[in-house]
Amino acid sequence: MSSTGVAIVGAAETAEIGTVPLSALGLATDAARRALADCGLTPADVDGVASSGLSPYLPTFVAHSLGIEAGWVDATMVGGCSNLVHLRHAVAGIEAGQCDVVLVVHGESGRSALGGPLVLPGPGAWQGQFELPHGTVGPMTLLTLGALRFLRDRNLGRDALANVVVAQRDWAARNPRALRRDPITVDEVLGSPVVAYPFTRPMCCVTTDAGGAFVVASAARARDLRRPPVHVLGTGEATGAAMASQMPDLTSSDAFRRSGAAAFAEAGLTAADIEHAMLYDATAHLPLMALEDIGLVPRGESGAFVAEGHTAVGGSLPVNTSGGGLNYTHSGMYGMYALQESIRQLRGEAAAQVDGVTTSLTHAIGGMFQSAATVILSTEEPA
Amino acid sequence: MAPSRALPRPTPETQHFWDGTADGELRLQRCRACDQTYFPPQPFCPACASDDVEVVRASGRGTLYSYVITHRAAPGFEAPYVIAAVELEEGPRLLSNLVDVAPDPEQLPLDLPLEVTFETFGEVTLPLFRPRSA
Repeated sequence: MSSTGVAIVGAAETAEIGTVPLSALGLATDAARRALADCGLTPADVDGVASSGLSPYLPTFVAHSLGIEAGWVDATMVGGCSNLVHLRHAVAGIEAGQCDVVLVVHGESGRSALGGPLVLPGPGAWQGQFELPHGTVGPMTLLTLGALRFLRDRNLGRDALANVVVAQRDWAARNPRALRRDPITVDEVLGSPVVAYPFTRPMCCVTTDAGGAFVVASAARARDLRRPPVHVLGTGEATGAAMASQMPDLTSSDAFRRSGAAAFAEAGLTAADIEHAMLYDATAHLPLMALEDIGLVPRGESGAFVAEGHTAVGGSLPVNTSGGGLNYTHSGMYGMYALQESIRQLRGEAAAQVDGVTTSLTHAIGGMFQSAATVILSTEEPA
Repeated sequence: MAPSRALPRPTPETQHFWDGTADGELRLQRCRACDQTYFPPQPFCPACASDDVEVVRASGRGTLYSYVITHRAAPGFEAPYVIAAVELEEGPRLLSNLVDVAPDPEQLPLDLPLEVTFETFGEVTLPLFRPRSA
């Protein structure tokens, strides 16, 4: 395994996030056009398109709408980490010579549901037989299922979840685009309305309309483009249990562990090399699990790591510096927005910019721990 | 009429499980080749891929592995209620609901001993769990 010679050469989010009068496709193409403008390319330069959403045909809609004649397509849909998986596949496609310039696009009308409804699993699917009849209410009752066991095994209380919220809210306060920006205390987090015990509302993500896109090309091509390239050092992807209740261990995701290990192996880096991390946070315990499962801290130490301020403003490993899904934006599949913040930090243009970030890790979950993907990005081209 | 609970539609692979609940039995599968007892139902072993598998009746005893108390109700439910991961004596875990106990963390320590009970909704019987004396 070796580091790749591929870079992200352009990136952008939709002009607006929150409540946006655009369909999912409209959000995707708004972001795509802005990402192309960011790097000075046009749809005619693009020969690969990757996107995923509730329609398996989404990449073809995106290509048609933008006038792209794609010769490479990826509609991999494994939940919120899909756009990270697309990046990994785009790297492989470019290195194999199958395509030169890949547009990875996401758009989702998560709040307004414009352009298509949420589709629940049918009654004959595993989820339809063994989860939905027991009154599961989406991610807040499934992602969260093992959290009490996670806390108990580590001798942590619910304040460990609140600490994550407080640290990230402080980052969000510095980001004018974040939906939740008001400072909050541990007591206020714990005293907020319960969504699904042990989780209160601030421990659960915002729901927004949003989109994002980025352009992937060889590092050689990147040299001719106007934005500083963000080099892809390593990537990983993994499948996990098909239902949260069937994870071998509900306090640790095997998919997180495998995708994280693959990304570090390809990059030839260790946890000590990571200066900034975006850890998918639909709920407040996910960053704790990710810190441990991808090896940024030893197992059992994530709660103390956050409590001691290491992930907060001024900390040794800034985490979720946009405010994260909890505060910034979350349209249902959050991976794109986590990647966008890693890109912004590496290009030195984040709202809450961390000084001198050269290496950033983005980690995302898919479904209810059904999949995961990890990406390590750098300002430096691999040797 | 209030919206009703989402109900399972058995498939050929899972029919024995739902026939079992209708008969008041919790049925798992066991691989004769590697001795793995597994769930969800399928006609070959997820551990070793052998199709030398048999349906076995579970004891119905388990413990409370983890849970949430949801304050947002799915159709057919009244919040708050408990959604639990129940660890069965035989090894597999099921997602289910707890009955005959208040949806109150004080009443629900992890590892609480549980036993299966059955409740019929229309044509389908669901396995639910209630506390048992240890």
